[in-house]
Amino acid sequence: MGCKCADKQDKLLTILSEYQGKSGGLIPVLQKVQNVYGYLSEDVMLKIADGLEIKPSVVYGVATFYTQFRFSPVGEHIIRACHGTACYVSGAENITQVMVDTLGVEPGGTTIDMKFTLDTVACLGCCGLAPVVMVDNDVYGRLNEARVEEILAPYW
Amino acid sequence: MQKARIIVGLGSCGIASGGRKVYEQLQQGIASRGLDLTLEETGCIGMCYNEVLVDVVIAAGTTTYKQVTPEMADRILDEHIVEGRIIQEWTVTEEDEKCLNRQQRIVLRNCGKISPESIDEYIEQGGYRAIERVAKEMSPEMVIDEITRSGLRGRGGAGFPTGVKWGFANKSAGDKKYFICNADEGDPGAFMDRSVLEGDPHSVIEGMLIGGYAIGANHGYIYVRAEYPLAIKRLKIAIEQAKARGFIGQNIFESGFSFELEIKEGAGAFVCGEETALIASIEGSRGMPRLRPPFPAISGLYGKPTNINNVETLANIPWIIFNGAGKYASFGTEKSKGTKVFALAGKIQRGGLVEVPMGMSLREVIFDIGGGTSGKHEFKAVQLGGPSGGCIPSSLLDTPVDYDSISQTGAIMGSGGMVVMDNTTCMVDIARFFLNFTQNESCGKCTFCRIGTRRMLEILERIVAGKGVDGDIELLEELAENIRRTSLCGLGQTAPNPVLTTLKYFRDEYEAHIKQRRCSAKACKELISFAIIDERCKGCGLCIKVCPTGAITGEKKKLHVLDADKCVRCGQCVAKCRLEAIIRVDRW
Ligand SMILES: Cc1cc2nc3c(=O)[nH]c(=O)nc-3n(C[C@H](O)[C@H](O)[C@H](O)COP(=O)(O)O)c2cc1C
Ligand code: FES
Repeated sequence: MGCKCADKQDKLLTILSEYQGKSGGLIPVLQKVQNVYGYLSEDVMLKIADGLEIKPSVVYGVATFYTQFRFSPVGEHIIRACHGTACYVSGAENITQVMVDTLGVEPGGTTIDMKFTLDTVACLGCCGLAPVVMVDNDVYGRLNEARVEEILAPYW
Repeated sequence: MQKARIIVGLGSCGIASGGRKVYEQLQQGIASRGLDLTLEETGCIGMCYNEVLVDVVIAAGTTTYKQVTPEMADRILDEHIVEGRIIQEWTVTEEDEKCLNRQQRIVLRNCGKISPESIDEYIEQGGYRAIERVAKEMSPEMVIDEITRSGLRGRGGAGFPTGVKWGFANKSAGDKKYFICNADEGDPGAFMDRSVLEGDPHSVIEGMLIGGYAIGANHGYIYVRAEYPLAIKRLKIAIEQAKARGFIGQNIFESGFSFELEIKEGAGAFVCGEETALIASIEGSRGMPRLRPPFPAISGLYGKPTNINNVETLANIPWIIFNGAGKYASFGTEKSKGTKVFALAGKIQRGGLVEVPMGMSLREVIFDIGGGTSGKHEFKAVQLGGPSGGCIPSSLLDTPVDYDSISQTGAIMGSGGMVVMDNTTCMVDIARFFLNFTQNESCGKCTFCRIGTRRMLEILERIVAGKGVDGDIELLEELAENIRRTSLCGLGQTAPNPVLTTLKYFRDEYEAHIKQRRCSAKACKELISFAIIDERCKGCGLCIKVCPTGAITGEKKKLHVLDADKCVRCGQCVAKCRLEAIIRVDRW
């Protein structure tokens, strides 16, 4: 079993060196590092602070301000259930409820087998197809309660 | 003879409807039949309700097929391409065409027509000729004058005259200036900017080049929300192409004007759509708005003079330069010139993007173009302007869409999201929905915005739960006034609008919730229960299968019974029942 930690560490250092001394670099760094690790651990945030020569409190302050950043490990697949206005009036909450029942996690949580993380978001920009759910990078529109199982099936 | 072309609509909505699979199926079908034709992709034409859309262009003319599935792809190839027979029953109807014809497409001029990943197709439509004319023949002052005379007002929400804004930034002294495109589009229920970026990215880039020239900026940023991966991808491609042709870079059209352009990805914060917060975010900080003045035109990004415009504003610019301010100003009303793009969504039959001249009535947009409500329920209200806007009732449907008329209703034009609601939507619950949103998105800087919205939300939560008390409405009004007065940025100043407009037009619903514990829309879970209508139930068992708590019992072909104590009122049985045998009733 190969541990990918060293790999990830290398990537982290490359990202840091790319942005060192550049203004406005913190957010892109956090985004790229999160792409590598899936989330931002305390340890990683300390390394970012070190690498960019800024205070850890600044890194933490910025990271917690934006909803994109996560602080605990995520599942293999991320489900984003849209709760924007158009989806909300089209019954998004019922669909999320079916997913909560099916997966056994509340929004924001990750299944025990680390397969799925369930999130709600404010709008995916496909309001014409409301209600909408995004799994990883695939968007599913015109949903109803009955179709939840069907859209999750390929990811099990 | 020109080669036949098949064009698949691959905007986000086309892809979400299975556009890629249709594309692949066509690709395979073309290869296996050895057909000699080109397969292309385009952005969104706005008929989201008809996706996946496929255009077949042959010498005899263009045919548009709607709601195409991979299974339909082969028959289209066989009958239409090989045998030359149009499959009439799959084409868009006259009705659909009429909706397109009632529109005036300036911003969306190329969307759904050209390939967004081809700079040549953009150029064929006259692309980059406006910046060429600007760079070769016009002074910055002439450009600003042209835009001012067009009457164009910012489409990001506030409606500030664009030419005037450019004038400020132009006069502002500084060795370095920035030009920013605001593509944060945080308003839930709005997707105009996404469609423009996905369907015609070059028009926004060209608008920025012209703006940069006019104010004297050599550096531009496009701030795009991270939820729009396809828009980001297509912008990146477009920027590379424009660089390769010398439209972006040094000494553009040998005019001495240089411009660099970068994309910044947002990280998920609604408030970053506000211009000073957006600037803080580009600088890498927490996106908190700051007091204005100084306005960005004086001190913006890194303390330098900066101009910020919305995507749709910028997409108008090349058209105005190309066709003249007078032509643009011939559309619209006295104070709101040109066109506006609206995103029609919610309980609407023909959801999608429409672009209409300012001054058209809400009724025409929603009913004549949008086809009215989607189901059998009656129209109740339309929400305009998102969390900063309000709900407009059916009695005001003849309001023309222009900045001033919409403001008079208590809503705002906003960015152009129009969410239609029918009488199954509870207006108190919608107010709660928006307050929940703003409360979550408040950056926390101003006390009333941070805590006041929280208190308003709590009151609304108890009203929808049937626990409202006398005086709640007055308390909401008092808090609303204080939040409006004491917040620094537009987020807080407008946060009470959804509550104030629903109170203004649907006060009876608030009162019914508080006094009778009754929700007329039968939407608030705590105020309803479910009942089976004996005469309608055929005992099919579908409801028993979907009920998560086993609240419904009964044998096959015999009347089913619902145990109200076990029922969690999720509504899944109602959605499932084909006979409408389960209904929502007042609980109290
Ligand atoms: C809370 C808040 C959110 C905003 N979000 C956006 C947005 O998503 N997109 C946008 O273009 N403008 C947004 N604005 C308006 C901008 O501050 C700014 O007025 C606009 O980008 C200026 O461009 P325009 O003159 O072309 O309209 C927002 C304003 C506020 C107060
Ligand atoms: S509201 Fe759900 S995609 Fe916009």
